[in-house]
Amino acid sequence: MCRGYLLRPVFNPIYQRITSFLRDLGEVSLLGAEVVRSFRLNRPSWKDFVYQLHFIGVKSQSVVITTGAATGMVLCAQTYFQFHKVKMDTATGAVVSVGMSSELGPVLAALMLTGRVGAAMAAELGTMKVTEQIDALRTLAAHPVDTLVVPRLLALLVSAPLLTAEAILVGITASWLIGVKLLGIDSAYYLVNMNRYTIPEDVFNGLVKSVVFGVIIAMVSCNKGLTCRGGAEGVGRATTEAVVIASISILVTNFFLTLFLARLIKG
Amino acid sequence: MIEVRDVHKSFGTQKVLRGATLTIAKGEAVVIIGRSGGGKSVLLKHLIGLLPPDRGSVLVAGEDLACMDERRLLQVRRRFGMLFQMAALFDSLNVYENVSFVLRRERRHTEGEIRRQVAEALEMVELPGIEEKLPSELSGGMRKRVGLARAIIYRPEIVLYDEPTTGLDPVAGDRIDRLIRRVWEQLHVTSIAVTHDMKSARTISNRILMLHEGVIYADGPTDSILGSSDPLLHRFVNGISTPQNEGP
Ligand SMILES: Nc1ncnc2c1ncn2[C@@H]1O[C@H](COP(=O)(O)OP(=O)(O)OP(=O)(O)O)[C@@H](O)[C@H]1O
Ligand SMILES: [Mg+2]
Repeated sequence: MCRGYLLRPVFNPIYQRITSFLRDLGEVSLLGAEVVRSFRLNRPSWKDFVYQLHFIGVKSQSVVITTGAATGMVLCAQTYFQFHKVKMDTATGAVVSVGMSSELGPVLAALMLTGRVGAAMAAELGTMKVTEQIDALRTLAAHPVDTLVVPRLLALLVSAPLLTAEAILVGITASWLIGVKLLGIDSAYYLVNMNRYTIPEDVFNGLVKSVVFGVIIAMVSCNKGLTCRGGAEGVGRATTEAVVIASISILVTNFFLTLFLARLIKG
Repeated sequence: MIEVRDVHKSFGTQKVLRGATLTIAKGEAVVIIGRSGGGKSVLLKHLIGLLPPDRGSVLVAGEDLACMDERRLLQVRRRFGMLFQMAALFDSLNVYENVSFVLRRERRHTEGEIRRQVAEALEMVELPGIEEKLPSELSGGMRKRVGLARAIIYRPEIVLYDEPTTGLDPVAGDRIDRLIRRVWEQLHVTSIAVTHDMKSARTISNRILMLHEGVIYADGPTDSILGSSDPLLHRFVNGISTPQNEGP
């Protein structure tokens, strides 16, 4: 008994982590089921969708472009520094483009979207929840999933791959600028090697991943918002949790998606 | 019309409702009174299925709300209008969009018709011409009245008002009381209100229920409750605190 008492501070946090993880997973699954039901029962509102598309897609561009460019540039420089030692300068472009297309582009774009869009969703829905606006919606015979979650999810489904493609494109362009104009790699070799080693599947994988990440961001953030409790503090907590959980889920999912998609393509 | 049977509700360890039982017939105008924090808002939310009871049942037109999923509840809620204690306006929508929310979703009316109805509803709550304002630009009392307009514009059969006149000046409060009475008399709605204002209760109700310690402590016609000699009721109605009974 004495030992159990001593170990409690060690095991309690672990126990709570596990239960809260399972609870989140359960809540998100239920929300997912409700979303599917919503698609079956009624047509999503076009107006809400377009509004969210503007907020999520159009207005996230600056963040995503900056991230893409910075990543492309730094990746190019670092790769060049290492490859230069073994006289493989012209392979730099290939490394950057494969890395950007299949891993860095989708993951970093998704992480930036989590910070910008996921946080906003959790905070907005959380505020609506604690100020009884969600209850008001329900009394006005509107399902919160139909009116709030579905337009956000759809907008993310559309904008996540587009933004990712944009990040990849900007990243590769930026790396070309750095590699060719600044570091003096021969442009023709740079491009030829890039084309030779980057296969369409790399880009395809990246876009598939971005769609999955879009779903994760929307579902986790909306769930945290809708299940928010308490006042301003509760909203703050919901927002933080949404960002943390979505980011970690993205990183973990990315690993498995990489393995899965590689297996899928091989045969 | 509405039947509440032995409803229990706790939040954590705090027991808010402990076996509330009441029946409200069609066309009645009921006021629920009780101490602040006594669970009146919680009880109202049970009537419309926003909160599920821990035990007991709530029947609306003979159907048990506890047996319904959210989508079925939405259909039942079409018969209800509710004014929230804090108005609960959608703060990303302007007044027009708030008030016309249900009408625009139904897609049965033309835009011009909706405009006219919204203008009429805002006229009724004495806030004409504020369609384009955002809720954050309104005072508390104005928000309340916009919430009222939103709750009655689609002609529900049952209207729940959570403290409709708190936060209004006496004159505006009196006008809202008259409006609630008019809605009840002319539109034949069933009207259920929570209020702390006995003068208002006299205007808007023909029956009073008192919620005390999680159960319905008293139930009777307005005049007999307001004139009751029961010590607890008497003290409550006349606002007299006793040393033991002090507190919020
Ligand atoms: N969602 C909730 N979670 C936890 N506790 C709650 C919740 N809603 C209400 N309560 C608790 O239930 C009790 C009753 O609250 P309620 O809002 O019904 O009081 P009330 O009778 O409407 O009071 P007032 O007249 O001040 O509006 C309060 O003590 C409150 O702390
Ligand atoms: Mg209340």
